[in-house]
Amino acid sequence: MSALLFAQIQFQSRKGNTCVAENGLCPDWITHNFDRYVGPFWQHVFLTVTSVAIGFVIAFLLALLAHRKRWLIPPLSATSQILYGIPSIALFLLLLPLTGRGNVTALIALVSYTLIFIFVNVSTGLDGVPPDAVDAARGMGLSERQLLWRVEVPLALPEILAGLRIAATTTVGLAALAFFAGAGGLGQEIYADIGFKSNVVVAGGLAVLLAVILDLLILGVQRLLTPWRRATS
Amino acid sequence: MTPVLASVIDDFSGGIDFIFNQRESVSGQTQVGGHEMIHLTLNHLALSAAAVVVAAAIAVPLGLYLGHYGKGEFAAINASNVGRSIPTLVLLAVFIAYLGVGFIPIMISLALLALPPILTNTFVGTRQVEGDSVDAARGMGMTEAGIMRSVELPLAIAIIFAGVRVATVNVIATATIAPLGSVDSLGTPIISENVYGADGRLGAAIAVTVLTLAISGGLAVLQRAVTPRGLKLGRGEPRQRNRVFPSLRRRAQTTP
Amino acid sequence: MKMNTKILSVLAALMLTLGVAACGSDNKSSSSGGGGGGGGGGSAKQIKKVSGAASKGTITVGSKNFPEQFILGNIYADALTAAGFKVKKSLDLGSEVLAYKALKQGEIDGYPEYTGTALTAFFQVPVLKVPKDPNAAYAELKKKAAADKITALPKTPFENTYRLAITKATAKKLGNPKMNSDLKGKTSDLTIAGFPECKQRVDCLIGVEKTYGLKFKKFISSQQQYDTLDNGSADVLFGFTTDGELTTGKYVLLDDDKGLWPPYQVSFLMRDDALKKIGPEGQKVIEAVQKPLTVKVMGELNSRVVLDKQDPKKVAADYLKEAGFTK
Repeated sequence: MSALLFAQIQFQSRKGNTCVAENGLCPDWITHNFDRYVGPFWQHVFLTVTSVAIGFVIAFLLALLAHRKRWLIPPLSATSQILYGIPSIALFLLLLPLTGRGNVTALIALVSYTLIFIFVNVSTGLDGVPPDAVDAARGMGLSERQLLWRVEVPLALPEILAGLRIAATTTVGLAALAFFAGAGGLGQEIYADIGFKSNVVVAGGLAVLLAVILDLLILGVQRLLTPWRRATS
Repeated sequence: MTPVLASVIDDFSGGIDFIFNQRESVSGQTQVGGHEMIHLTLNHLALSAAAVVVAAAIAVPLGLYLGHYGKGEFAAINASNVGRSIPTLVLLAVFIAYLGVGFIPIMISLALLALPPILTNTFVGTRQVEGDSVDAARGMGMTEAGIMRSVELPLAIAIIFAGVRVATVNVIATATIAPLGSVDSLGTPIISENVYGADGRLGAAIAVTVLTLAISGGLAVLQRAVTPRGLKLGRGEPRQRNRVFPSLRRRAQTTP
Repeated sequence: MKMNTKILSVLAALMLTLGVAACGSDNKSSSSGGGGGGGGGGSAKQIKKVSGAASKGTITVGSKNFPEQFILGNIYADALTAAGFKVKKSLDLGSEVLAYKALKQGEIDGYPEYTGTALTAFFQVPVLKVPKDPNAAYAELKKKAAADKITALPKTPFENTYRLAITKATAKKLGNPKMNSDLKGKTSDLTIAGFPECKQRVDCLIGVEKTYGLKFKKFISSQQQYDTLDNGSADVLFGFTTDGELTTGKYVLLDDDKGLWPPYQVSFLMRDDALKKIGPEGQKVIEAVQKPLTVKVMGELNSRVVLDKQDPKKVAADYLKEAGFTK
């Protein structure tokens, strides 16, 4: 009975020195196993894009607020700096008892890391708007709101988008540790077999690729939105 | 709500207790926590210090040289950007996969992580030294190496230090995953959670956070001390200063 | 800079494949069969839909974080899926402490645990006090878990317990030892390797040194265990009976002749209320799919992950197919 039961399990012979057995960088293995990275890759994209988007909204609004109420700048930038100073793995673990395993915990931590870059760059960008431009706009009778959206924000765009680029690439790296919060991602694949070259190169390569793509995407947006700067940069 | 809150408080008090009081490991017979945390902390710091020292030993002379002769601006400025695009876990994993586990591979990977901010800041700091000071030194008959050492290095020290600070904080945070490469650090209770238990994991997370924030704060104070008065632009992220309008550089934020 | 373009082109190629794979993964479930060749005999064992299974709510299957657990978690989850239940996987819970906590708190509904591990880790039974008879150990676990409102489902045929492993060459040098006691007096210049926690565990280094009176020259911790034997950095290794590497036939395992280690069969632990959800029919599915899991089969499945570097998901699916549980 039992012989019949197991007859179907195929026992493979493992004598040869295959690429995988020698821990090489194996094109065959990579093509055959690539689909296992697809899910984690998109999860990584989800974690990165969602947290940068949420972080952008929060930090942008705070920076606008601080632009009007200057006394807010020191406490806000100090807070975001301290948040950024907490090691990511530690923050994931510190949040676990509060918010449980999964995306929510990962996103809270990741969002908190994006704040500093976006807040600082939006603030710097708004401060960097030439006083002449502001005066001219006021002279033309623009209201404060119009001044902000028609003059200050557009002129600060390069700086704002630069902050976004930093936030995006940094978040890709931090999301690689989100599996400590039970949120998967490419880091999980790396961690699962950290000594296997093919695995590390593919999963790690995808993470780097994602960082580069996001960086170039935002750079492209910057070029599109601020054509007047193309000559100087 | 209350039971949730109670369990959260319970978790955290367990973690804090782990830091201060030794206890038997989950798997029995050995003592973990308490006293052992000192050992792990020292290991953590030794590993981090070694990495930063190695990185600085390479990046500072290189940055001074490039800055002095005005070479390799693109590479020096973008080193930080490139460095940031490579997730720390990936960097560590590549070293473990290709060089194996142990102190040296892990230390080198952490040093690589520390290199870009120090290099970028040293380069920027050196470039910002006024041409007049350099010319005066040259007029006095100083050699180029002498100028780098006695004029540019002291004048750039605040900015270099800011880079070292960013690098140090990054390295200390990242040394948490050193146990993946079989090097003990405060991350050990996090990675070997089945010996240290949930309390050990949370306790280590708390300890790592406190350590990183303390060192970051301590270095910030030190940075103020080494910054010549009137030149307080020692903000830690050189990339923001240099990415856009050079004119903004001088207005970059001071460290809170 | 030319290095950069090279890297970029490789990455671009990867990206392209990514797109292709993303499209391909949709029809994965329907294809890729054929390998079994046991179509006729398989039908009797094939998992049948449990009536009303879909309406029972979602069953979350967990696992700890190493290959055998990933495989087992996937096998149980896929089997329940085949029976018509709605199943969610949460297969990276960390150690037993976290997994058990997740189970008790309802974050997961069930996960595979080793009898010896459960008794020592959750119920504070000292390693040496765990019954040596696998049935007795399982019975004790069942009794103790019941107090936590958790049911320990019947155990697997295979046992994944510790064994000291040496290479065939080392065995020859040491006079072909058969059991741990044979090493007595020969270990003073041998280096022993184990996973990092081993040196602190009673059921690992500490236990072996005490029970067998062995003193090794040095303990090294390594995640890549068998590599340490292959490259000579260690002579003896704390291995496990279902380790995938053992299928290469390069290593010898030594018997635990003084009975240091408790039984370590797997029992699928389920919270009582979750067990009620899947009912006796669902329980039968779980018991059925683990029946073919002997040490040899589990070792083969592990080596597909550890040596052939296949995805545990795929290995589990292939197992169910090869054993005739699914088509």
